[in-house]
Amino acid sequence: MTEQREKKPRREMKPTKEPMPRQDPKARARNFNEVALGYTEAQAVGEAQRCLQCKKKPCIAGCPVEIDIPEFIRLVAERDFRGAARTLKEKNCLPAICGRVCPQEEQCEAVCVLGKKYEPVAIGRLERFCADWELEHGVEAPKTAAPTGKSVAVVGSGPGGLTVAGDLAKLGHRVVIFEALHKPGGVLVYGIPEFRLPKAIVAREVEYVKSLGVEVRVDHVIGRIYTIEELMKEEGFDAVFICTGAGLPYFMNIPGENLAGVYSANEFLTRSNLMKAYDYERHHATPLRVGRRVVVVGGGNVAMDAARTSLRLGAAEVYNVYRRSRVEMPARDEEIENAEDEGIIFKLLTNPVRILGDERGRVAGVECIRMELGEPDDSGRRRPVPIEGSEFTIECETLVMAIGNGANPLISQTTPDLAVNRWGYIVVDEATGATNIPGVYAGGDIVRGAATVILAMGDGRTSARAIHEYLMKGN
Amino acid sequence: MQTEHTIVSKRAIAPDVKEYVVRAPVVARKAKAGQFVIVRIDEEGERIPLTIANADAGAGTITLVVQEVGKTTIEMGRLEEGDAILDLIGPLGRPSHVEKFGTVCMIGGGIGIAPIYPIAVAMREAGNRVISIIGARTKALLFWEDEMRAASDELYVTTDDGSYGVKGFVSQELERLIREGRELNSVTAIGPVPMMRAVVETTRLHTIPTVVSLNPIMVDGTGMCGGCRVTVGGETKFTCVDGPEFDGHGVDFDELVQRQSFYKDLEAEAAEGCRLAREHPEAGPKKRTR
Repeated sequence: MTEQREKKPRREMKPTKEPMPRQDPKARARNFNEVALGYTEAQAVGEAQRCLQCKKKPCIAGCPVEIDIPEFIRLVAERDFRGAARTLKEKNCLPAICGRVCPQEEQCEAVCVLGKKYEPVAIGRLERFCADWELEHGVEAPKTAAPTGKSVAVVGSGPGGLTVAGDLAKLGHRVVIFEALHKPGGVLVYGIPEFRLPKAIVAREVEYVKSLGVEVRVDHVIGRIYTIEELMKEEGFDAVFICTGAGLPYFMNIPGENLAGVYSANEFLTRSNLMKAYDYERHHATPLRVGRRVVVVGGGNVAMDAARTSLRLGAAEVYNVYRRSRVEMPARDEEIENAEDEGIIFKLLTNPVRILGDERGRVAGVECIRMELGEPDDSGRRRPVPIEGSEFTIECETLVMAIGNGANPLISQTTPDLAVNRWGYIVVDEATGATNIPGVYAGGDIVRGAATVILAMGDGRTSARAIHEYLMKGN
Repeated sequence: MQTEHTIVSKRAIAPDVKEYVVRAPVVARKAKAGQFVIVRIDEEGERIPLTIANADAGAGTITLVVQEVGKTTIEMGRLEEGDAILDLIGPLGRPSHVEKFGTVCMIGGGIGIAPIYPIAVAMREAGNRVISIIGARTKALLFWEDEMRAASDELYVTTDDGSYGVKGFVSQELERLIREGRELNSVTAIGPVPMMRAVVETTRLHTIPTVVSLNPIMVDGTGMCGGCRVTVGGETKFTCVDGPEFDGHGVDFDELVQRQSFYKDLEAEAAEGCRLAREHPEAGPKKRTR
């Protein structure tokens, strides 16, 4: 390939992204198949040609794992899809996942030069296209360095764990991932629904990480079967990376929260995604009782996932209750729009006050109060204030709390020397992910509280570098 | 690389109650009294919590005592020696609080005899005088009497119908001991909710600290889902990470029963399907309806 390129002929810039083909909202609201269908080759090439190949390349800095975005897009435009996938994989072990769930509108696409005048390049959709193309046409065997003789234990097989494991394995270290559940993938398998991220895709990305030499031991709850200290002293690991996720659902502490039919989003989604409760009638043994009317509390992506899952499990009316207004919702715009299109009923500026039960102790409704926005709070968002006397009731049989997670105590309880903050999250050096214990690193939600798949992956990337340096010191 | 959780031995110890000795070397080495495991027996199976009834670090095995009450436990009953349990996760939960209290009373009702056994052993090792009471509806449902006798300084046995031991409930036997002036410094009771409740009401009157082990619906067992939440002393606790043992005098048993029964109808239907399949294997699997 020559470095020189002919000056592109001037052509009319398409102002908008190539639209993503999707399942029809009415049909998809009743099935678990993927909503977004992905670009065809022609669509991908057309979209890739919108990239200006600008000198500044702000998109690279906008990406938490620093993918060479202009380069992979250039290769797509030239129909070198294999080369494009290779470029992605240099920085990102899990492109098929990131292409689907990254909030590109806040990252690479937010800083795209084209975006100043038009819609930015659909970087996420192109990433997904390349990754899917590669999965379909056969994944290239990756190169790994000669064995270093060092070994690393990774606690948790979510996005952060898979990234750190992949990076370290490529560098020649022996890596073992310990996963608490029976399937690897963490939030990618128990949390994000099939219709947004097919589990077959996750399984293939996990297989890729394994092909780098990473061993995955499922059914291992660290903090119970081994402590962090035991992993290092008895099991012989030279370093540990902790990325267990936050993993302890918050409730609101309002009356009625322990009525039967009140779920955390984690339980609701785990039953549906990991345990495949949506397949209960045919094969799988785990049920998930969903009423005719469902209320989902919270404004994030997880709330959207729970609401949309409820529809697909047969609920007739699904309400989303959020205490601020639509602009403050932390969920991605795309997911809110998907939810709207599918018929979720939004009750914004509304907050639950108490959950009402029937004589059997089951959910019968939720009393809410209307809110208005006051002065900005610490997060910079305007603080919701209840409007006195505005209480009203939404009748429902199921209520899902999707208001975030606290820090899971299993590791901190059994690692008393590990520094955690007052909420229980692990304290790390931001530049390396190093905890206060030498050789122990951490990242993702157990450090950040609540973040995204890609931020956990970015943490994995950062710590992989630092762990490599730590392991090779003195060699 | 996965440890094969092979069933080393299996025997029926009461009608619809089986004792399994399962190879699980690391779990056996780490397990302490009061902890549990979660098992999943096939690819489409659910995750169910089972208390570790004994752990033999030397042999690398744990003992599980399983009452066949639902789909998974019935299907587990079809596994034979040499078969493997697909997933076995543990040890989970906090260990029992074991120290030298003085005289302790260990109460196991029905299937609860199995989980009370390792606690009795641990309490005795810690230097306590162990008085145990075990009971069941009827003689056929009693098991591990010899084991419990060996683990205890005194053992009392009751059956609801009087077919063996003293006629009555374990809580009545406890009441008798207390009335006779036996000083009990701590009581641990494991069994069906009505039994634990009766024990707690008995000891409340005499202000004897009482621990119960709860078995709410559970999915992951790591604190992640919160399905197992219970109210203890007015506060919400997660059984899997905060328990399974709690101060019995603080437990909201009504709420526990309501939450436990949320899936009862589906469980009964699924179990019925399994029983039919067990008795009429030629009929093939029946499609479930909701």
